[in-house]
Amino acid sequence: MNAAGREILAGNTRAAARLMRDLDDEIPAAIRTLKQLYRHTGRAFILGVTGAPGAGKSTLVNRITTHLRKRGSSVGIVAIDPTSPYSGGAILGDRIRMQQHALDEGVFIKSLATRGHLGGLSRSTIDIVNVMDAMGKDVILIETVGVGQDEVEIVKVAHTNLVLVVPGLGDDIQAIKAGILEIADIFVINKADRDGADKAKREIETMVSMSGFKEGEWKPPVLSAVAATDKGTVELLEAVDRHKEYIYQEGNLSRYRREKARVELVEILKTRLIEKAVSDLDAHGLLEPLLADMAKKRKDPYTISEKVVNHSFAFHFLNGGKQASMKGKGKPR
Amino acid sequence: MATAKGKSVAATPKKAVRKIRILVGKPGLDGHDRGAKIIARALRDAGVEVIYTGLHQTPEMIVSAAAQEDVDGIGLSILSGAHNYLFPRIITLLREKKMDDVVLFGGGIIPDDDIPKLMKKGVDRVFTPGATIQEIVDYVNVRIRPRK
Repeated sequence: MNAAGREILAGNTRAAARLMRDLDDEIPAAIRTLKQLYRHTGRAFILGVTGAPGAGKSTLVNRITTHLRKRGSSVGIVAIDPTSPYSGGAILGDRIRMQQHALDEGVFIKSLATRGHLGGLSRSTIDIVNVMDAMGKDVILIETVGVGQDEVEIVKVAHTNLVLVVPGLGDDIQAIKAGILEIADIFVINKADRDGADKAKREIETMVSMSGFKEGEWKPPVLSAVAATDKGTVELLEAVDRHKEYIYQEGNLSRYRREKARVELVEILKTRLIEKAVSDLDAHGLLEPLLADMAKKRKDPYTISEKVVNHSFAFHFLNGGKQASMKGKGKPR
Repeated sequence: MATAKGKSVAATPKKAVRKIRILVGKPGLDGHDRGAKIIARALRDAGVEVIYTGLHQTPEMIVSAAAQEDVDGIGLSILSGAHNYLFPRIITLLREKKMDDVVLFGGGIIPDDDIPKLMKKGVDRVFTPGATIQEIVDYVNVRIRPRK
């Protein structure tokens, strides 16, 4: 374990903050530290909060944090805001609503920009959650970018996902569109003091009841809240506790852990394999000629990709040296 | 088509993409955040990641946020007249936390006579009314580099 790793395990805020930035900035040395920290992760409870822009995600995260602190839990918050596609810059403003925790040593807030990553999170989110986990945070709250229809990524990262809905946004067709229902473990009708809150609640309850949840399966409850005045937060946390109990049941937890492991691996492979394939082609002087051939339609990208993929892998090293071919003969582990 | 097999080309690590991270905050009691918001937006348009912390920040809150967010610079907007307390206090806190590498700058209603004293204490630059947005963006781009 290197010095940075040891400091982070001991809960050192500054060392953790620096590693998080290095991971976000894709500094290679940071990955070395994360490798060592990885086996110290898996203890934190991860709660995802998603919903449309202005739905009240930051405000709710702030309230939840207050209640969690009263219970004595330490809290990590990862708050994600969008990067401007034009300038590459970003304004990260989620802290504004979390100021009451600014001086609490038990709360660590990290603001992240999406940097072009889609799916509601930044590329680095999982890495940063892992650092917070390793530094000993009991609960980690992930606040996604405000999008609302396609943040499926959060599902695999968080134990429990809250989906915030506000009354008066769209009609019931919005509610039956794919996306939202599948990711919610708990629905929160926020700003429930507004007109249309009951209607929104009924619509979502109807949608949930039409979805054919089986006996023993978790059926997402639909709760009402006014995060701005802290109304409904206690009930919400009780529902989170119930879902936590459900997900921590034997089969469910191991399934969650494998799913999360799959996402972690696939996400990293995606980036690394592409980089390696492209840079290797380039290093062998192949990239530009292939592109030129493609531009003249003498070659097609499908055949090239097939060849690159078929010749790139030799996985037996992961299997303790035993031969495991890629053609389905080897035992996948 | 030849493949990379056997030639063992070292995977070239992707070039790091350090971005400048700046905290823009409003310490003290005045509620005029228009200027801070305009600067935040101008910096965003210049490719900077701006952590905007909002109104009524104490120096302790600002430095704590700066540590958690690992920023390269802190920009403060002060219109309340309390600059002779707020700036030096933040510098003291930054030193205590061994965050001397964080560049502190600011702007607002700050009398000319106070500026040399503030700079002597460690404020890197003070902008006064009349400074253009471009001046401030240029200053950030030239003076503040992402940390190593």
